[in-house]
Parts: sequence; structure tokens; C-alpha cells
Amino acid sequence: MTAQSPILTVSNASKEFDVSAPWLNRVLERKPKLFVKAVDDVSFTVPRGSCFSIVGESGCGKSTVARLVTGLYATTAGDIRFSAGSGGEPVRVQMIFQDPHSSLNPRWRVGDIIAEPIREMKLRASEAETRERVEELLSTVGLAADDARNYPHEFSGGQRQRISIARALASEPELLVCDEPTSALDVSVQAQILNLMRRLQQELGLTYLFISHDLSVVRHMSDTIAVMYLGRIVEMGPAESLFNAPQHPYSRLLLGTIPDIHAPHRDRALQSGEPPSPLDPPLGCAFHPRCALANERCGRDLPELLSVGAATVRCHAVEEGRAQETSVSEAV
Amino acid sequence: MTDIPVTAPAKAPKTRTGQFFDSDLWWSFKNSKPAIGAAIALTVVILAAILAPVLSPQNPYDLASLELWNAELPPVWMEGGQMPFILGTDVQGRDILSGILYGTRISIFIGLASVVVSLAVGVMAGLTAGYYGGWVDNVLMRVGDVLLSIPIILVAILVSSVAQALLPPELREAGISIVLVLAIALYSWVQYARVVRAQTMVERRKEYVQASRLVGTPARRLMLKHILPNTLTPVFVAATLNFGLAILIEATLSFLGVGMPPNQPSLGTLIRVGNQYLFSGSWWIVLFPSIQLCILVVAVNMLGDWLRDALNPKLR
Ligand SMILES: Nc1ncnc2c1ncn2[C@@H]1O[C@H](COP(=O)(O)OP(=O)(O)OP(=O)(O)O)[C@@H](O)[C@H]1O
Ligand code: SF4
Ligand SMILES: [Mg+2]
Repeated sequence: MTAQSPILTVSNASKEFDVSAPWLNRVLERKPKLFVKAVDDVSFTVPRGSCFSIVGESGCGKSTVARLVTGLYATTAGDIRFSAGSGGEPVRVQMIFQDPHSSLNPRWRVGDIIAEPIREMKLRASEAETRERVEELLSTVGLAADDARNYPHEFSGGQRQRISIARALASEPELLVCDEPTSALDVSVQAQILNLMRRLQQELGLTYLFISHDLSVVRHMSDTIAVMYLGRIVEMGPAESLFNAPQHPYSRLLLGTIPDIHAPHRDRALQSGEPPSPLDPPLGCAFHPRCALANERCGRDLPELLSVGAATVRCHAVEEGRAQETSVSEAV
Repeated sequence: MTDIPVTAPAKAPKTRTGQFFDSDLWWSFKNSKPAIGAAIALTVVILAAILAPVLSPQNPYDLASLELWNAELPPVWMEGGQMPFILGTDVQGRDILSGILYGTRISIFIGLASVVVSLAVGVMAGLTAGYYGGWVDNVLMRVGDVLLSIPIILVAILVSSVAQALLPPELREAGISIVLVLAIALYSWVQYARVVRAQTMVERRKEYVQASRLVGTPARRLMLKHILPNTLTPVFVAATLNFGLAILIEATLSFLGVGMPPNQPSLGTLIRVGNQYLFSGSWWIVLFPSIQLCILVVAVNMLGDWLRDALNPKLR
């Protein structure tokens, strides 16, 4: 992928959710307001035509980033900017959702679901043209024109995800935000959907912001990968360098959890440990309670983002040059 | 990178009615004796009310047709009973059966109209409160709480007696049924609002709503075209049960004398009037309208109960 101008620039974006008890309870029980910092000071750029992926465990804020980018949530702080679209107009952003069961209105026919963006945005002049476009979109995603007349519950998970993709494409977007589009699907179906998405990227020149908790899914899609932990990006870099030489202890832990057909019985002790609650994040480096390389500084100071080769890493051990000495798995 | 196209087998698209007769709901109906019984009873009652002008031996509103020598005739199967007054007559010589058929019309009309009015208000309030949340939600729902905390009968008595005092005499008779409808609706919209609000708060977060927001669908259309259809199941159940309740409230008000006047009697008015003659031996004047009211309300409530269970996925 040639270095192109960024289509999306996220600068120091943060998002806090107010999860306080209702006002009356708070007053009666003398509880303070409570906030979850779901996304904390996240910055990245996505070059036009590339695939930028975000990985991390459940609850680390991936979906929140996706919703900030699509504008479903407003940022608490920071800035999200799009370059002008290819024709000078604003970039169109669409999203593919995680759950193929709740992302399609159960009471609408598939044809109406896919036609909704066309009708709302008045992309076609007549109803006949709209219907023609819906058929074209259905065939683009590998469904039959007849499927337009059926309801979502008549389709399998993989087929529903194809319907979601067709709906997203209906508004002719340049940037597609994909929030774990395959995590609810069987492995065999996952591959089909990923293949379809890659084909569409090439044919339509789409840019992807791709979100997953599964590194093996991301590996085949991505140009750049960002690893998130508890609302922050802890490592970001080109896909190949991240897979071949992960720097951050958490990235290495994630890579260790990818099933490896060459060494299926590798020590699994690394998977232990739960991420801490985002309501009460640890001081300093949020990863330190689980980190084999943690020292006293890690529990005190938040590490800065640091360039290491092509990657950016947020870790004291990497900064101090301790990271490569011990293999993480031995240290645990 | 090979891609295997997956296509659903071609199916004949179903019509709405075809879908209904295929549905679990119809299956559950066919297998529920109480539901079938209630549906039959309700159909008979409603048909008879609609066909009242054809079926009734007498037009009870036509004072000229009343003959005083026909007053207080007992039902035909009793001594002194005579045709065509099958269920007997009241003190003015009015045929009881005709009174009941016309009275049922009025009761059903007021029940239906108040359900329609309260549905419209309640659904809009519930959608708005659930969709926007925040202070809109607080204001709407607290108003509802206050209304529900006052006994309905008091509210209705207050509204209808104030309205009767304020309305000019020539409008009083025509206006009273509208006032009754509004008085009942004032109370029952809150229940629809609560049901719709709770469901809206669930639906609003679902991804299909967010997907629609992303293409710029305005809030009004999101609420009406996406969220509303997905809240209708519990609303439908509530509406059925409330229909029965509305008929009862109207009957109570009429019985207490703040409802329909005796020259436009609903079932409640008939019961009130008949009640005065219960101890003079003319029990039929009060008994038959009471039975009709019971059949109507019990049938509606049985259907509502069945519907609630049939549509509740946890009980299936
Ligand atoms: N609307 C919301 N209100 C309150 N808290 C929220 C909201 N959305 C997300 N959160 C919280 O923010 C944190 C990050 O959530 P997010 O959904 O972004 O995680 P995620 O990485 O997408 O997880 P998953 O893999 O489970 O989808 C979580 O702790 C979550 O509880
Ligand atoms: S900063 Fe410290 S605790 Fe955090 S990942 Fe690096 S070594 Fe581990
Ligand atoms: Mg998520």
C-alpha cells in the first residue's frame, strides 16, 4: 500500500461515560459521580485505501473508538478529522456491526433494509432505480435478488452479515468501520466474510477501520495494527512488524494466545489474568498487575508513547531496553 | 481467495395473512379453549351490538314507541311475560333486550375510543421519553406517576362533573361521551407510555437503530418506523386488557350517575336505573344488563390474558 494522505486523523480522542447512580440515589447514599474512561488519549491516522486494525480484549474500548469515529458518540476530549472525500465532498463513513442478530430490524424486509440508506440519502431518483441498486448490492455480497423479499430471521448469521455489508455499501461509503464483523460467526463462515470484505476493498477502493479481539482475523486484513489495553493504545505499527517482533508485553501476550498449528501444546499460562475494571484503572501503566516485566516505576508513571523502528510503543521496559532480555513466557 | 456464494433457497414470499395462519400465535389460539370461548362470546356480543337496529324489537331511544301499559313486564318465560319483550321491560315500558343491545354499543364505543385516544397519547409519550431520556423522560413519567397516584374514579368524576357544569346545555348530551372518553384516557395513557418507554430504551440501543442513525434518518422517523413496530407486542396486550378496564370504568361512572344519561344509556346506566327496582321485585331490569357487562368484560380480559401469555416468549 503506497503511503497516501490520511482519510481519517484521530488526535488525542477520549471518551468518558457517566455511569453514576440516578441523582436521588446519589444524594441519599452520598455517592460521588462515577465515570468510565472507555477511551483515553487515543491518536492514529488511517491512510486512504488501507486497512487499520484495532485489537484488544473485551472491554478495552474498541467499539467506543468505532462509535466515536462514526459519530454515534461525541468525544469527551480530542479531535476526529476526515480529509475531503474523493470528489471533494465530506467522506462518507459507514459501519458494520458485531451482532448480526440485532443489527437488522427484524420487522423489515431485507430489500427495505438495504434500500434505507439509498432512500434516506436520496441516492437514486426513482423507486425502480432503488430496487435495481438493491439487487446489484445483493449480488455484490453473494446473495440472490429474491432474498430482498425475505425477513432477516430467514437467514443464517453469515448471510445476515452479508446483508449488513450490502446495507453499508448502499450509501457508497469511502471509509467502512467494521466492529468485529466476524466474531459472532463460525470459523468457516468467518473466512468467507473476510474474503468478501477483502475483495470489496480492492474492487471499491474502500478504507477499513477494522476492529477485532482476534489477531488471526486481523492478520490477513491489516496494513497497520493498534493494540489497545484499557482505553489506551499500547502498541501500534505495521502488521508484519507487529506479528514478527511485538514489543509491548501485552502484544506478546496476545500473540501467544493465537492458536499455533506448529506448536499446539505451547505453554498456555500466559492467558491467565483478567483485565482490571475500567472503573478503577491501575495507576501508572494499566497493564502492570499482569505484566511479567513490571517494576516499581510501572506502578507509578504512565509510560509515554515511544517510537521503536516502525512501531510506537507505550512501555517502560521497552524504553529501558529490558524488554528483549527475558522472554515473557519464562518470566511469568 | 475463493469466495463461496451463499444463497438462500428460493421461497415463495408469504402474504401477511399467510404468515398469520402459519404463526405460533394462531397455533396457540387454536389450542386454547378459554381463548376460543372468549373470542366466540366477544364476537357474538360485538356483532349483536353492531346489528342492534336490526335485531332489536324496539328502538329504545324513540320515546314515542314506548307504551306505559308495557311497563315492568317480566321475561317471556315467566308468568305475565309477552312477546316481543323477551327479557322483559323496564318501568317506562322500554324493552330490556333492545336497551342492552344499544347500551352495549355505547359501552364498546366508549371503551374503544378511550383505548384509541390513550394509545395515541401513551405511545407518543413513551417513545419520546424512552428515546430522548433525560429531563423529557423525567417530566413525562412524573406527570404519569402523579396521575396514577390519584384514584381513577375520582379523576373521572372530577373531569366529567366539571365538564358537565361548563358545557352549555345543548352540548351536554353530545359532549358527555367525549368527556368520558377523555377522562378514561387521561388515566390509561400512562400504562402504554410505561410499556413503550421501557421497550424503546431497549430498542434504541440496538445496532439496527444505530445503523439507521448513521445514514441520517431523523429521530421522528427512527421512532416511528424502526422502534415503534418493535414495541407493539406488549402494547397490544396492554390495549386489550385496558379495553376491558375502560368499559368497566365507564360502567362505574355511569352507575354513579356521572356517566351516560338515562336517555342514552350505556350498560352502566341501565344497571343504575335497574338497581332502583331490584327490591320491588323487577330483578330483570338490573340482572340482564349486568350479565351482558360481565360477559363482555370477562371475554375481553380472557383474550387479553391469553394474548399476554401467548406473546410472552418465557412462557412458551
Ligand atoms: N454507552 C455506555 N455507557 C456506559 N459505559 C459504556 C458504554 N459503552 C461502553 N461502556 C464501557 O466502556 C468500556 C469499553 O467498552 P467497549 O464496548 O468500547 O469495549 P470493546 O472493546 O468493544 O469490548 P467488546 O469486545 O466486549 O465489544 C467498557 O468498560 C464498557 O462497560
Ligand atoms: S510499562 Fe511496565 S507494566 Fe507496563 S507493560 Fe511495560 S513493563 Fe509492563
Ligand atoms: Mg465491542
